Amino acid sequence: MSSHIAEIFFRRSRLALWGGGLAIAIVLPLLFKSGFVTSLLCQMGIMVIFALSYNMLLGQTGLLSFGHAVYYGLGAFVSMHAMNLIGKSGGSVTIALLPIVGAVAGLIGGVVLGYVTTKKAGTTFAMISLGIGELVAASALMFPGFFGGEGGISGNRVIPKSSFLGMTWGPQMEVYWLIVAWAFIAAIAMFALTQTPLGRMANAVRDNPERAEFVGYDTQRVRYLMLILSGLFAGIAGSLNAINYEIVTAEALDSHTSGAVLLMTFVGGIGFFYGPIIGAILVTIMQIVIGGLTKAWLMYFGLFFLFMVLMAPGGIASVIAIQRNLWLAGLFGRMVPHYLAAAGPILLTVAGLVGLIEMTYALLAGEGVGAGDAATEVLGAELHLNSPGPWLAALAITLVGVVLLRWVGRRTGSAWNAALAELHGDKA
Amino acid sequence: MSVAALRLNGLRKNFGRTEIIRGVDLEIAPGERHAIIGPNGAGKSTLFHLISARMPVSAGSIELKGESVIGLKPFEINRKGLSRSFQITNIFHNLSVFENLRCSVLWSLGYRYSFWHRLAGLKDARQRAEAVMEDIGLSSRRDTPAGILSYAEQRALEIGITIASGADVILLDEPTAGMSNSESEDAVALIRRVTEGKTLVMVEHDMGVVFGLADRISVLVYGEIIATDTPAAIRNNAAVQEAYLGTHPALVEES
Repeated sequence: MSSHIAEIFFRRSRLALWGGGLAIAIVLPLLFKSGFVTSLLCQMGIMVIFALSYNMLLGQTGLLSFGHAVYYGLGAFVSMHAMNLIGKSGGSVTIALLPIVGAVAGLIGGVVLGYVTTKKAGTTFAMISLGIGELVAASALMFPGFFGGEGGISGNRVIPKSSFLGMTWGPQMEVYWLIVAWAFIAAIAMFALTQTPLGRMANAVRDNPERAEFVGYDTQRVRYLMLILSGLFAGIAGSLNAINYEIVTAEALDSHTSGAVLLMTFVGGIGFFYGPIIGAILVTIMQIVIGGLTKAWLMYFGLFFLFMVLMAPGGIASVIAIQRNLWLAGLFGRMVPHYLAAAGPILLTVAGLVGLIEMTYALLAGEGVGAGDAATEVLGAELHLNSPGPWLAALAITLVGVVLLRWVGRRTGSAWNAALAELHGDKA
Repeated sequence: MSVAALRLNGLRKNFGRTEIIRGVDLEIAPGERHAIIGPNGAGKSTLFHLISARMPVSAGSIELKGESVIGLKPFEINRKGLSRSFQITNIFHNLSVFENLRCSVLWSLGYRYSFWHRLAGLKDARQRAEAVMEDIGLSSRRDTPAGILSYAEQRALEIGITIASGADVILLDEPTAGMSNSESEDAVALIRRVTEGKTLVMVEHDMGVVFGLADRISVLVYGEIIATDTPAAIRNNAAVQEAYLGTHPALVEES
C-alpha cells in the first residue's frame, strides 16, 4: 500500500506546484508594476502554451517537428480575422473567447496537414513537417487576401460593448490576466492528456512503435490524434499572440518560429512535463531582456544552446530532477560547496567571453573603427577598442576563468560522480 | 471437430529470388501447445513474422480461428486474438514495468484511443496489469523502467506483454534464448502457467524446453516442414535425426 500513499503524496505536491505557479503568475506583475515586465510576462505565457503543445509531439510521442508554427500561425491569423469580424458586428462576442476560434483553427489545420505528416514517424516525419511548414509559409505570401502579405493583418482588440467581467481588454494588464487564464486551462488540459490511455500509448509509440502495433494499436492513428490535439493547443497560443500584439504577420507561421519553439522545448527538457514551461520562460527572458541589452543576443543564445546540448541533453528539467533526487537521498548538501566553488570560475569565464563578444560586435558594427581612439560604450563601460588594453584584459579574464574552471571542475566532477553512484546504488 | 486455432496452407515467402518459406502447411488445434524446431536459418522466425503480419506473405493462406488474416496489419491481427513475443526483447524501454503491462491491456479492455478516461481511474486495467505482473514475478519491480531490468526480467516482461491482452493464440519466439538452465526452468514453468487453456505456438532451440512443454512438434528445415508429430514420435523420426545430426546432440542422446 506504500505506492498508494506515495500516489497521494505526489498528488498533493503536484497540486502545490500548480497552485504555486498560479500564485507567482498573479503576484509578479503586481510586484513590478512596469509595462516592460507585463509585456514580458504576456509573451512568456503565450510561449509556455506553445512549447507545451510542441512537447506533446517531441517529448511525448517522439515526433521531431520542424513545422509546428503552422498551427500556431493558423490560430493567430484566423483569430485576427475573427477579431475584425467581431469588431464589424459591433461586439456580439467577447474577445476572451477568441482562443476557442484559434483552437478550432489549429485543430482543423492538424486534421488536414497532420493526415499527411503523421503517415510516417522518425526522419520521414521530420522532413515532411519541414516541407509542409515551408509550403504554408510560402502560401502566406501568395494569398495576401487572407494572410495580409508582407505587412500581415492587424486589428483592434478593444471593441465597445464586448467587455467581459468589466474588462475592456485595452490595458496590457487585462490581456495578461486573459493569457494567464488560458495558459492555466491549456496547461492543465495538456497535463491531463498525459494521464489518459491516448497519452500513455503516445509514450509507448515513442519508445517502441513496433511493439505498440503488436498490442493492438495503430501507431499512425496515435501519432495523428496527438498531432491534432497538439495543433489545437498551438492554435490557442497563436490566438493569444494575435490578441496581445493586435498584428499577425507571416512570421508567425514560418520556420523561425518553428525553430524557436523547438529550441525552447529542448532547452527546458523534453523528458518532463514542466520542462517546456521552464524553457519557454527562460528563452523569452533571454530574447527580450538580453535582446534589449545587446545586438549579440543570438550569439549568446547559440552558445547557451550548444552548452545545454553538450552538457545537459535532458534540458534544465533533467538537471533539476537530478538535484531533487540528490536532495531526497540526502546527498545534495555535500554537493553545495562544489557548486559554490564552481560559480566563481564560471562567472569569470562568462564575463571574459561577454567582453570579447561585445567588443567584437562593436568593432564589426563600425563604431570603434575609423574613430581613431574614440571611446566606445560596451555594456555601459567606455572602452577604447583600438588600443590592446581592453582586449588583453578580456582575454586574460577568460583564460583565468577557464583554467580555474578546469581545476575546480575536476574535483566537482569526481564528487558528482561519487554522489550519483551512491544515489543509484541506493536505488538498486 | 472444432475449427483450427491456426491453419497455414501453402505458405510461401521469398526475398527476391531467395525462398525462405517454401510451402508450409500446418494446422494447430485450439488449446494445443505446439513447438516449431529446426536448424538455424530454417525460417522459424520468418514463419512467425508472416503469421503475425510483421512481413507480407508471398503466397498461400493463413487462417486464424477459421478466418483469413492475409493482408491485415499487425494491430488488426492482434485485435483478433493473436499475440506474439519477440526473439530480441521488444519492450517499452522508458516506461515502468507496470506501464508496459497496462499499455498491453488497454486495447483489449476497450479504451482504444481515449483521451477522456483518466488512467488512474481505470480499475480493470490496473488490476489486470497487476495480475500479469504477479504472474511473471515482477511485482517488486513495478515502478522500475523496463530498460534497466536484468535480461531475465526483460524476457519475463516480454512474455507478460504478450499474454496481458488475454489473446487466446500465443506465439512465443525463443522465449528462453540466452537464459541459464535455472532461468530456463523458471521460464518453462511461467509459460505453462500463463498459457493455461490457450493455444501456444513457440519457436525454441532448447530441446529440454520443447520436450517439456509441447503436445506436438513441427520440424522446419530449409523452409519446409519435414515432420509434425508428438514429441516421442519426432524423437524417433529418421528424417528429423538426419536433419539434426551433429547440430543438436541433445536430440540424439535423448532418443
